[in-house]
Amino acid sequence: MSKRIEVKNLDVYYSKFKAVEDVTLTIEPRTVTAFIGPSGCGKSTFLRTLNRMHEVIPGAWVDGEVLVDGNNLYAPGVDPVLVRRQIGMVFQRPNPFPTMSIRDNVLAGVTLNNRRISRSDADALVERSLQGANLWKEVKDRLDRPGSSLSGGQQQRLCIARAIAVQPDILLMDEPCSALDPISTLAIEDLIEQLKQEYTIVIVTHNMQQASRISDRTAFFNIAGTGKPGTLIEYDDTDVIFSKPAQQSTEDYISGRFG
Amino acid sequence: MSTLHAARAGTTGNALTASRLPKGTPWATALAAAILACLIVLPSANGPDDDVPFAALIVVAGLLHLILLTTLSGIVEGRRRAVDRLMTALVTLAFLIAMVPLISVTITTVGAGLARFDAEFFTSSMRNVTGEGGGALHAIVGTVLMTLTAAVVSVPIGLLTAIYLVEYGRGALARGITFIVDVMTGIPSIVAGLFAYALFALLLGPGVRSGFIGAIALSVLMIPVIVRSSEEMLRLVPNELREASYALGVPQWLTVLKVVLPTSIAGITTGIMLSIARVIGETAPLLVTAGFTASMNYNLFDGRMNSLPLFVYRSYMDQGVPFEAYLDRAWAAALTLIIIVMALNLCARLIAKFFAPKTQR
Repeated sequence: MSKRIEVKNLDVYYSKFKAVEDVTLTIEPRTVTAFIGPSGCGKSTFLRTLNRMHEVIPGAWVDGEVLVDGNNLYAPGVDPVLVRRQIGMVFQRPNPFPTMSIRDNVLAGVTLNNRRISRSDADALVERSLQGANLWKEVKDRLDRPGSSLSGGQQQRLCIARAIAVQPDILLMDEPCSALDPISTLAIEDLIEQLKQEYTIVIVTHNMQQASRISDRTAFFNIAGTGKPGTLIEYDDTDVIFSKPAQQSTEDYISGRFG
Repeated sequence: MSTLHAARAGTTGNALTASRLPKGTPWATALAAAILACLIVLPSANGPDDDVPFAALIVVAGLLHLILLTTLSGIVEGRRRAVDRLMTALVTLAFLIAMVPLISVTITTVGAGLARFDAEFFTSSMRNVTGEGGGALHAIVGTVLMTLTAAVVSVPIGLLTAIYLVEYGRGALARGITFIVDVMTGIPSIVAGLFAYALFALLLGPGVRSGFIGAIALSVLMIPVIVRSSEEMLRLVPNELREASYALGVPQWLTVLKVVLPTSIAGITTGIMLSIARVIGETAPLLVTAGFTASMNYNLFDGRMNSLPLFVYRSYMDQGVPFEAYLDRAWAAALTLIIIVMALNLCARLIAKFFAPKTQR
């Protein structure tokens, strides 16, 4: 199920502006990798290049290689749609489809792609995905209510259920807890801990405690100044980053001495 | 000012209270202004036989109301509240002025149109009718057929153009289309009519008239309205929903079809309904393209076809004997048209309500 990601000398551009410069790192299967760093340093941009979601923004392009189990995502002829079917994404703000019920939201990956699914398979998939996202008990009696009727934390878990329902190999999370209260955040962190058994997870977070709690490896990004590209400063085991980082700027950032 | 208020409030003990006018004050000043206006205007009217000068009365009463209310409020409540009252009164007056023609037209049309709003009017045409009797069935059929055809032509073109502009269009081409659409919303309707006439005159020879040409003329007017309104509605769909769909591995065309359109369908339908209501009352383009006839014609592609606006126009312009019969028919046709437009608007509201994403908690 889960796959290894290798990034080699990746530069990301918005038209002529270079947003991220020369990132090289390897993400092992069945691990949680956290990206930390100040706002605007290119963490989210870099995360989005891992499933070619940055292409949704007009003018965005990359230079370099992203290998998922040896297959280059940026080789000529690669279909971004196929990439995204293998690499799911959860966004900062919960975004359930407002026209769909809870059940339909979970099945969105199937129904939106015009694939046929039998009623019993659909029921099983909904239950499995919602249980996977730790939401089944709360919503099993109201699967036909609109997805927007849930609370923010429940909506975010619904989005996670929707993402894992298409059975991706890798799950990208872009600050999934930043709009949530501490209790919902804890629920999602527990969930990430469970999902790690099956998926490779990459998470962007502004919450240092969260990174140290849930991640195996941590990457610290920084930016030299406004208008300069973001760079990967340090990438190591989370314990190392948070106890004895090699770089001074990493230590400054995690100890709060940095803006 | 604040010390003044504090001093006044001293009696009640709460430093935050300020003196207020009683709740009904605007109504009272309005009444006072109306009475005063009568006293000022009526004696200066020329004689007892003259009509009451309503316009002058209303203007004077409105101004008096503004002055009275603002002054009173300024004395009792202070400057901030006085300005607030003045602005509220101005906004309300503007609203009332905007309502005057609307209500006047409705009352006049209903009053004059009911005389011939009978079964015969809706079951017979004007074929071989001179003088009294007759009806507008041919005009109603023509209006409905031509407007429906125009909608069938315009909705796909307009909606797909809007989708192109919002979801696919980039750069100079998209900007060019947007500009041309903006220009097209402003073209005089007679130009649309002449365009359709000239097009078919080139194809089929001069002097050609048919309902279909009229429908084409109407769709030239409809398309830009539909493009504009659909574009606005599609842009309202949050980008997050598109991204959510892409992240699930859904291709762009399915995302548009199954996420973007269902989310915005209520607004788009409302826009289409309003664009239909906008062209259903067009007279000039139909005059040159579909022509006028007194007979029934169900065939869009053959011969002249009447429509309600043209029916009204011709009944008024070519009055026969007795002329009251022609005028009554014109009013009844105008009333029918207003009722159709009203029904379309109601439909649009119901559809918007029915299709809107459900957000109850």
